[in-house]
Amino acid sequence: MMAVILGVLAAVLTMAALLIWLERRLLALWQDRYGPNRVGPFGLLQVVADMIKIFTKEDWVPPFADRAVFVLAPAIIILTVLLSFAVVPFAPGLVVQDLNIGLLFFLGLSSLGVYSVVLAGWASNNKYSLLGGLRAAAQMLSYEVFMGLSLMGVVILAGSFRLTDIVEAQRPMWFVVPQFPGFLLFLIAAVAELRRLPFDLTEAEAELVAGFHAEYSGIKFGMFFIGEYLGVVLISAMITTLFFGGWLGPVLPPLLWFLLKTFVFISFFVLLRAALPRPRFDQLIGFGWKIMLPLALANLLVTGAVVLGVVPGDARPGRG
Amino acid sequence: MLSILRTVWEVFLHAFRPRVTVQYPDEKIPLPPRYRGRIVLTRDPDGGERCVACYLCAVACPVDCIALQATEDETGRRYPAFFRINFSRCIFCGYCEEACPTYAIQLTPDMEMSEYKRENLVYEKEDLQIDGPGKYPGYNFWRVSGVGIGGKDKGEAERESPPVDVHGLLP
Repeated sequence: MMAVILGVLAAVLTMAALLIWLERRLLALWQDRYGPNRVGPFGLLQVVADMIKIFTKEDWVPPFADRAVFVLAPAIIILTVLLSFAVVPFAPGLVVQDLNIGLLFFLGLSSLGVYSVVLAGWASNNKYSLLGGLRAAAQMLSYEVFMGLSLMGVVILAGSFRLTDIVEAQRPMWFVVPQFPGFLLFLIAAVAELRRLPFDLTEAEAELVAGFHAEYSGIKFGMFFIGEYLGVVLISAMITTLFFGGWLGPVLPPLLWFLLKTFVFISFFVLLRAALPRPRFDQLIGFGWKIMLPLALANLLVTGAVVLGVVPGDARPGRG
Repeated sequence: MLSILRTVWEVFLHAFRPRVTVQYPDEKIPLPPRYRGRIVLTRDPDGGERCVACYLCAVACPVDCIALQATEDETGRRYPAFFRINFSRCIFCGYCEEACPTYAIQLTPDMEMSEYKRENLVYEKEDLQIDGPGKYPGYNFWRVSGVGIGGKDKGEAERESPPVDVHGLLP
């Protein structure tokens, strides 16, 4: 058990750190540049150089900030994201805690994660940070609603909130096929949840300096940074688990399949960042409430109706 | 919505395009011959100094980075006693080259002159002087000018007729 926990922790943190390098290289690839390629082989040691830099920077708390909350905020994001990894099934048996409410656990922790941003924006006592925090609160509220709803189709099909059950239920067919609208809805909600481009209005540097982390520096900023990349890994892992059959796949070992699929989605998030501009805030909120929420409800309704109407009673998932 | 997908796809296709970055220290682009880089002082084809210390370059210099002192050798040939260019001031505008009547001062395509100490950017005459004639291989100022110097009197220059004797009565 301990070995699994430590292994997952080490692997996930390493992945998040390498993701800094990967994102810069991938962005560069799609923008016809090279990105960091001088430090070490392929620039891999750039991460180390950045770490040294960020660790040796002055750990500055502004005198006007609410000190306790200011220090607490960056810890929350790391904590919630790392806790969420406890329920992610990397391979058969390779899961820290296979909760029977794994999916709800993940959704709950991702909702808690927003407190990090809101509190950081509030505690910084800076108008730009506060605006970033407020936007984060509104954005999370709007997108969390249909994020959960978009996953209910998967739960109906699998008949379980346990993530290993959901993966096992995808043996005949990946849920991305019957739940394609749900997949798209979750993907969009996930980008908003991660506060990444094109939905990074909480830190929109063109308007809000750096949004909620404008006052942060040194290792506290580093924690927000790593927290964001951990979030990318987590969401990609969740998309893999929920819609793309998790570890299922021929020939290759299950863990490798899982990592490969996760990698594809991580790259996709970077591609979105490279390609899309940021919408206006009212467009973002309007899009969430007026388009995505009705679509998520319709998807849930249709999925439920199909499962109730087409599949015979005793063959329904979770009933047998 | 469709345009967003198209954008994402187009950006993805950029993965297969050549990168525009030039990996500078490893890979250098050829600079054109007229590139305005490090300033040099050139020599005549016969090896003599071209600079006649006329101060025109120092006058033309908009940032006053050129300092020199004229002097003469025993044959009456002018040359700079010292010639100093402060490259930490130089803006590489090329006005000195334009002003130079003897093609002595020239700008070259070399621009890798970084130094760790600022004082090292002050180039003295021995740092500036090169052995060749630079961009004008055949040109020899003292051989075409009408000024008499040691070994070449007035009227003996190339394509020059002897001076008219203003005191003579012949046409």
